[in-house]
Amino acid sequence: MSHLLEVKNLDVKFDTDEGRITAVENISFSVDQGEVLGIVGESGSGKSVTAKSIMQLNPGNTSYNEDAEIILDNENVLKFNSKQDLKKIRGGKVSMIFQEPMASFAPAIKIGAQMVEQLLIHKNINKEEAKSTSINMLKRVGIADAEKRFNQYAFELSGGMRQRAMIAMALSTMPKLLLADEPTTALDVTIQAQVINLIKDIIKEYQMGVIFITHDLGVIAQVADHVAVMYLGSVVEKGPVNEILKNPKHPYTKGLLQALPDINNLDAPLSPIPGNIPSPLDRPTGCVFRTRCPHHNPEGKDGKIEMKLIEVEPSHWVDQCGIQCGQNG
Amino acid sequence: MGDNLISVNNVSVNFDYQENFISKKQKIHAVNNINIKIKKGSFFGLVGESGSGKTTLGRAILGANKISSGNVIFHDDERDYDLTNMNKQDLKEYRKKAQLIFQDPYAALSPRMTVRDIIAEPLEVMKITNSRQETDERVRDIAAKCRLNIEHLRRFPHAFSGGQRQRISIARALVSNPKFIVADESVAALDVSIQADILNLLKQLQVELNLTYLFISHDLSVVAHVCDVVAVMYLGHIVEMGPSRELFKNPKHSYTKALLSSIPSIDPEKRSEAIELKGEIPSALNPPPGCVFRTRCPNPGIDCKGGEIKMGLTEVEPGHWVDQCCAL
Repeated sequence: MSHLLEVKNLDVKFDTDEGRITAVENISFSVDQGEVLGIVGESGSGKSVTAKSIMQLNPGNTSYNEDAEIILDNENVLKFNSKQDLKKIRGGKVSMIFQEPMASFAPAIKIGAQMVEQLLIHKNINKEEAKSTSINMLKRVGIADAEKRFNQYAFELSGGMRQRAMIAMALSTMPKLLLADEPTTALDVTIQAQVINLIKDIIKEYQMGVIFITHDLGVIAQVADHVAVMYLGSVVEKGPVNEILKNPKHPYTKGLLQALPDINNLDAPLSPIPGNIPSPLDRPTGCVFRTRCPHHNPEGKDGKIEMKLIEVEPSHWVDQCGIQCGQNG
Repeated sequence: MGDNLISVNNVSVNFDYQENFISKKQKIHAVNNINIKIKKGSFFGLVGESGSGKTTLGRAILGANKISSGNVIFHDDERDYDLTNMNKQDLKEYRKKAQLIFQDPYAALSPRMTVRDIIAEPLEVMKITNSRQETDERVRDIAAKCRLNIEHLRRFPHAFSGGQRQRISIARALVSNPKFIVADESVAALDVSIQADILNLLKQLQVELNLTYLFISHDLSVVAHVCDVVAVMYLGHIVEMGPSRELFKNPKHSYTKALLSSIPSIDPEKRSEAIELKGEIPSALNPPPGCVFRTRCPNPGIDCKGGEIKMGLTEVEPGHWVDQCCAL
């Protein structure tokens, strides 16, 4: 069976005044229908750039490598070159939920009008139908008096409500793939719990594939089926969520878990990963994590080991340098 | 009162609010009748959702917000400062002793000043040092304590990452040698590994420089890790307060319980045992009468339903205070 989305050997580079920056290097992953892939990593690890490449939303100075493939529903997105082709995926087959809902809605257009507009573009329906679809969707995401909210502006809604409206808008076109870029980061914990449950219910109901980007491993544990851990543009470890969180192999994954304050174990010290994430302008050769790795093996430290994922357990893949380092500590 | 640094007595902060120029003036009750004592050398945590009044309370304690009623006393070694009744000279003195670390290290630092000038500014404004040499010495001293290199001092903030910027903000807050620090969501904008680093730094500086913190955060697991005493705020009221271990192990108020259960568990097998709170925090313009939490309470009693029980803390265990509505 073919996957809903398959990304193969993707490199993303940006041309800037300081030089060519490698934002994403040689990543491959796939998402099936009804599956949630979580992507975790610190800021600057290339999570959002990866998601944006799927919708071709990266800025004009972006270049992709020739042999990369982003196959969505049996079509290679990277081979699209007309606006007409891209329209099919942007908001049609693929929808995106952004982190900051206030910045994602146009401030001077009513929520309802924005929802209707995108439905008219992507669906073959008239205005009346679009309106009732939108209102139903607002109700579905748990917004009380949806008819009233339909005629309001984004600033009249609270943070949690705005994020719900954003989700309703993203889902109203019935996309096959949903990209959720830090959708709960700006929300309070109680609202975050509501939104996570909502997203989970909707995935189950509509059987869509989801890429869920977050830096919060707790949120990943709650929603994802599979996880890819990214560092400086590379996937250093990926696999089923249970495996990754309970049996991490890469020192970076281990470091992230140790830095997380655990409310059930208050005696555990908080141990930060030493050092800072290097600038993408001087990206280390070989293993990208070697400048911060606490127990690098001598060859990995010199950058002599190429990045390459190896399957250590069924569908649990770890970077080859990280496997050796991970065993040492 | 020997071992308290700050006493907050019955403090309320109201803001005037007028929807448009013909409508009636209303009052927003941002902070209501708060009583807290912050012990010397403690790490006092203040948690709650957005809109619960934690920042307003923190600012009121610093004298940056007008206190509508009640008073705040800062117990210094030689004398007490009463914040509601201070002249300009006292306020200047107080500013040296109480400082604030902001949330967003990207917004808090001027892009046009070098790191050295940013850290030195409080010394110059408060006229603490007399010569440039003395200023430089203190800047270098505090920068080293905050793990900044000497060569960093000549650069501009844009050259630094989030964690480094937050260390610059901390250095600036500490350079005047304060005794009391309000850290308002100071790690919220940082990645987890940097967050751990900054929290460790704050802890270490507390011991080295004999500091007392008021740590404002919405992240309970962070608060549980660093704070000794925690107060949980909801809609301008403290609903529960106590030693942090006791409070997190044995929460009494339904709001605290709901907050704790909402933290996403890192264990994928423990999915969603969250006590889901319906709806959102009500507007502070017209808070519900009686127990402010009853509109969202998952198990409201018969008495509080009608809002007959007034807000007020009762001591259920030594040092562990709970709002009386939920203590029943």
